[in-house]
Amino acid sequence: MNWTWFYKLGSPKWFYDTANKLLPWFLWIGVSFLLVGSVWGLAFAPQDYQQGNSFRIIYLHVPTAILAQSCYMMMAVAAVISLVWKMKLADMFIASAAPIGAAFTFLALFTGAVWGKPTWGTWWVWDARLTAMLVLLFLYFGVISLRSALENIDLASRASAILVLVGVVNIPIIKYSVEWWNTLHQPATFTLTEKPAMPPEMWLPLLVMVVGMYCFFAAISLMRIRNEILQRERRTKWVQKLISEESKF
Amino acid sequence: MNFDNFSDFLLMDGHALYVWLSYGMGLFIILLTYIQPVLARKSIIQELSQRQRREAKASETSSVETVSTHENKGAC
Amino acid sequence: MSHKDEPEQGLFSVLKVVLKREFLSAYRSRQELANPLVFFVIVIVLFPLGVSPEPDFLRTAAAGLIWVAALLATMLSLDRLFQSDYDDGSLEQLVLCSQPLYLIVLVKNLIHWSLTGLPLIMLAPFLAIMLNLESQHIPVLMLTLVMGTPVISLIGGIGAALTVSLRSGGILISLLVLPLTMPVLIFGAGTVQSSIDGLPVLGHFAIMGMMLALALTLSPFAMAAALKMSVSD
Repeated sequence: MNWTWFYKLGSPKWFYDTANKLLPWFLWIGVSFLLVGSVWGLAFAPQDYQQGNSFRIIYLHVPTAILAQSCYMMMAVAAVISLVWKMKLADMFIASAAPIGAAFTFLALFTGAVWGKPTWGTWWVWDARLTAMLVLLFLYFGVISLRSALENIDLASRASAILVLVGVVNIPIIKYSVEWWNTLHQPATFTLTEKPAMPPEMWLPLLVMVVGMYCFFAAISLMRIRNEILQRERRTKWVQKLISEESKF
Repeated sequence: MNFDNFSDFLLMDGHALYVWLSYGMGLFIILLTYIQPVLARKSIIQELSQRQRREAKASETSSVETVSTHENKGAC
Repeated sequence: MSHKDEPEQGLFSVLKVVLKREFLSAYRSRQELANPLVFFVIVIVLFPLGVSPEPDFLRTAAAGLIWVAALLATMLSLDRLFQSDYDDGSLEQLVLCSQPLYLIVLVKNLIHWSLTGLPLIMLAPFLAIMLNLESQHIPVLMLTLVMGTPVISLIGGIGAALTVSLRSGGILISLLVLPLTMPVLIFGAGTVQSSIDGLPVLGHFAIMGMMLALALTLSPFAMAAALKMSVSD
């Protein structure tokens, strides 16, 4: 198999140029899907028979929860690449994605709590899934603080990659917690094998929001990685040329 | 359309606080996540260009000095 | 030309410099300010996981848990108070300064509280809700924390001043200081408990006020003396 694309990925300049090309697409598709999905979910989707209109929070809660977990999985893959192949871009991805993942986890917890109040009568309950998501938030904070505390960039990359991998055990626990323990939280809406229990008028806007959220995540990651590249590669000729061109405006 | 009029939409059948609090926080977080890298990029470019200019000036003056001493040496 | 010509102005300008410096160095390492807060939350999370997630148990234990967690989080944040100044030599400068060390130390300590204790107090209502504390008791909880956490900071500052020349960090400070802070814990958590039991709380608050007044007036002396001793090593 031709692996040149993989090794190209190791070149910051190539990635920077590709990011510039891809960014507008991800950003515009992401934002428009999020807008369409939100309006659809807020105004056009039907009410839930039992929960009424607070059900509409699902269109924010589920996508952010999915992204919060996916982001960590992506960071874990990047951690392996960073440790094994010593690829700088993998480490830059970890640095860029961690704050976004933390933001999504916070939003998932927040919308979940706000949704829980009218639905279950309580803002919070200590069941496996909620607690595991809270632990995920702590893991993200841990990676962020570890990176900011270590000044040497090589040390910071290795240490945070190790930390990410150690924490990755948490993700299956969240995923399967609802099946293993009898909890208040309902089972997953989408699984790979079964049809969702909701009618399409309800889960279509959800799908739109999930896709929009992924695209938005991609866009913001690209923006943040670009910034990392500028900072770390500032001694290279291509960056210096870029800076002198950018600053003319 | 699920609602009869706009005020019904805002009221969400009594669940207004919960729905709008969630979506409000969602909007806030999304905006924050977008604005942070935009501002960071501006400040990085500014900082790096300042550094470039400083280094260019420094190397100019040092090369001017070497040129003049070289000339003096030549004149001697 | 003597800077002692107008002593009043000298004092305020020194205090202003200390203030500016503290906030500037906090801003420069602002990532670190989040650490005691995250620790606070994590400690609280450990109890439902390790003991019981039953709402009734958590409701009974909530006041005490939040107080203990706040106490521990403050203890761990205390070695930031003097350590970096000691390491770069500016602590010696402060001790040798002609302005009274008592006031400089008091200002440093209060700034430290505003950067660590105050955010903890902001987080406390959310943790109280997670521990199923009824919302009518949350204002009492917050008031006890507002009156109690500065006392913990001040007493802790004495411990920090005593140990600044040793490289032992938060644990030794905690060993020295935690026994001294036990009255604050007892009255702080006890006030909230009285509120839950429906008993009057004004008397409890008066005692907490007394502790705060004592700490504010007496602890800077002890801190200054301890710093002078540590720096003269």
